[in-house]
Amino acid sequence: MTSYSSLLALIPLLPLFSAIILLFSKLPKLGVSILAVGSVASVALISLFLNFIFWQQSDFVLTASLGTWINIAQLKISFGLYLDPLSLVMITIISGVGALIHLYSTGFMYQDSDFKRYFTYLNLFISAMLFLVLADNLLLLYLGWEGVGLCSYLLIGFWYQDRSNNLAANKAFLMTRIGDTAMAIGLFLLFTQLGTLDIQEIQIKAHSVWSLTNDNNNNTMASLCCLLLLGGAVGKSAQLPLQNWLPDAMAGPTPVSALIHAATMVTAGIYLLARNSQLFQLAPDVLYLVALIGTFTLLLGASAAMVQSDLKRILAYSTISQLGYMFLALGVGAGASAVFHLMTHAFFKALLFLSAGALIYSLHHEHNIFKMGGLLKKLPVVAVSFAIGCAALASLPFTSGFYSKELILEQVVASGHTGLWWAAILGAFITAFYSARLFFVVFLGQTQLSPNTTPTKSMSLVLVILSVFSLFGGIHPEGLKTLLPQLTSEKLSTLQHWLPIILPFIAISFAWWMFKTKRFGKPVSSSLMQGIHQLLKSGWAFDYIYQTIFVSPFNYLCQLNKRDFIDLFYRLIEKTSCKLHRAFSQFQNGQLRSYNASLIIFCILAFAWFIGGELIL
Amino acid sequence: MIPISWILFLSLSLFTIGIFGVLARRNLLFVLISLELMLNAVVIVFIAASRYHSASMANSDGQIMYLLVLALAASEIAVGLSLVIHMYRQHHHLDIDKLNKLRD
Repeated sequence: MTSYSSLLALIPLLPLFSAIILLFSKLPKLGVSILAVGSVASVALISLFLNFIFWQQSDFVLTASLGTWINIAQLKISFGLYLDPLSLVMITIISGVGALIHLYSTGFMYQDSDFKRYFTYLNLFISAMLFLVLADNLLLLYLGWEGVGLCSYLLIGFWYQDRSNNLAANKAFLMTRIGDTAMAIGLFLLFTQLGTLDIQEIQIKAHSVWSLTNDNNNNTMASLCCLLLLGGAVGKSAQLPLQNWLPDAMAGPTPVSALIHAATMVTAGIYLLARNSQLFQLAPDVLYLVALIGTFTLLLGASAAMVQSDLKRILAYSTISQLGYMFLALGVGAGASAVFHLMTHAFFKALLFLSAGALIYSLHHEHNIFKMGGLLKKLPVVAVSFAIGCAALASLPFTSGFYSKELILEQVVASGHTGLWWAAILGAFITAFYSARLFFVVFLGQTQLSPNTTPTKSMSLVLVILSVFSLFGGIHPEGLKTLLPQLTSEKLSTLQHWLPIILPFIAISFAWWMFKTKRFGKPVSSSLMQGIHQLLKSGWAFDYIYQTIFVSPFNYLCQLNKRDFIDLFYRLIEKTSCKLHRAFSQFQNGQLRSYNASLIIFCILAFAWFIGGELIL
Repeated sequence: MIPISWILFLSLSLFTIGIFGVLARRNLLFVLISLELMLNAVVIVFIAASRYHSASMANSDGQIMYLLVLALAASEIAVGLSLVIHMYRQHHHLDIDKLNKLRD
């Protein structure tokens, strides 16, 4: 077992060392590619090997320690790694998809002058993410959590010469920071209440402490802790109140969008909730809130994706929507299906983003889908992989997305929330509709722009691999039950069984009809419809609301307090001493005669006073 | 014997002239001369006082004081004159109204 432990320790350290070497060395582009891709690829191989070893056993835990971090009286935090089925799935996704995206980036970013900086950030990101999912205590998890936040900031603002990119990076950083702060407070609260930050201990202690003290199911303190952790997850996974940083985060290079904002980083919130699922069971109200947040977010994301015209924004909103499905699954207590959907989503969303990246690469950085069209014959590899990605997103039968989404819907039925099920079905309909719209508008119809370059070989290779995963990645989810507890599925009614299967086809035919009659991309006639269109396009106007509620009053207050009224007192001291200085420095004029005169006058006065005193006495 | 009031009057006149010179003259050399004048005015009083008292008490403190003041005046003028010469070499004039570079 010890040899496996050292293998486990290598997993997060390899990309970290690679990032450090890249930071301080001057390698040529080939060397950078080999080092960066090689480190992540070897991590992928290690995790595949661990998969191979461990999936034969039903239940396994592997730990490793990289040393002690903090050791004072009651607080012992170590750099401990903890591998169980859940984190094994996560590291496989992260390193696998990460390695493919690294390989793709060597082609995509080859022309960029900051090649080395890009790969440094990317490796650092992978390392932080691996620390996040392998951490055995919440503080180390938080370290990884902040690490991925930092890398996300750096990569969104990668092309820093453009001011709008910096603003997008700031927005992403600040929005997630709100959630992170909530999570940090949650950690403090958990530590004061339970006296430990070790994740496994927390699960056990929480049950003994909070179940005993309170006989009814809802413990306030447990709910509070869960709410604060949920805050962090909501921020990182772009859920409802804090979701609007994600569409702007598309300012970064496209492979980054694929890696961070679709496949891995945004799933950190899902992982956090899944990891602490036993803790969350103590707070059923919070779990229901999770399900509600997920449902609203998936509807918001899907409806906003329906009217966007920017290729990457459509994908960003669809990510928000799919993350909503995972939250819904977590909320109804089906953590395993959430993680399963996380995995399939990582495959097909990475595929979609990477083929979108290939499109953008070939079309002079054109993002508007209505300027594309008829690209099916020009870029066949990209078109086919994009079609597979769209099919998986729309959850057409026998793609990976189908299995995972079916499972989630089934679990929602099993939990008995019929309303949520109908909302999820509506979301699925819209999802299929916009994926079909996206594919039709970009690849069919008249040619408008012709590609000037074709994707490089490494890019095409990655697209093919990911296409295979997107098609077949969802089959055979048998190990799922060992992952997390699932709900026992009841018998589904005919409607519940067939509706999710048929619905995507209806949506696609509807989209086909709209496309044939050329209704996409045209301004709608009535003003009401136009209003709705605008509302949806701005993502339910959340930016505007936050601008009005938070940013504008803050700016106003800042404007009001421009001269900082607390400083007034100190400025008064400064001004008084300045004035006194001016007044006294009048005497020091360099005129010797006036010095003499004042000396004599003083002497005369002193004598007069003295003599006067003598006389009176 | 000359009444002491005359000498006191002489001393006062010399001292006043000295003060006037210190205040009114702009040439540094003349300021120094005026300072010497003031010292001498004081010294005259010392000598007169010594003479006034010595008839009855044989006290020569005033004359000793005169020697002290003379030494002081000599050393002062030695330093002062060397400064004045140096200043003249630097500025080619001795106008103290213009020699005000040391103010803030």
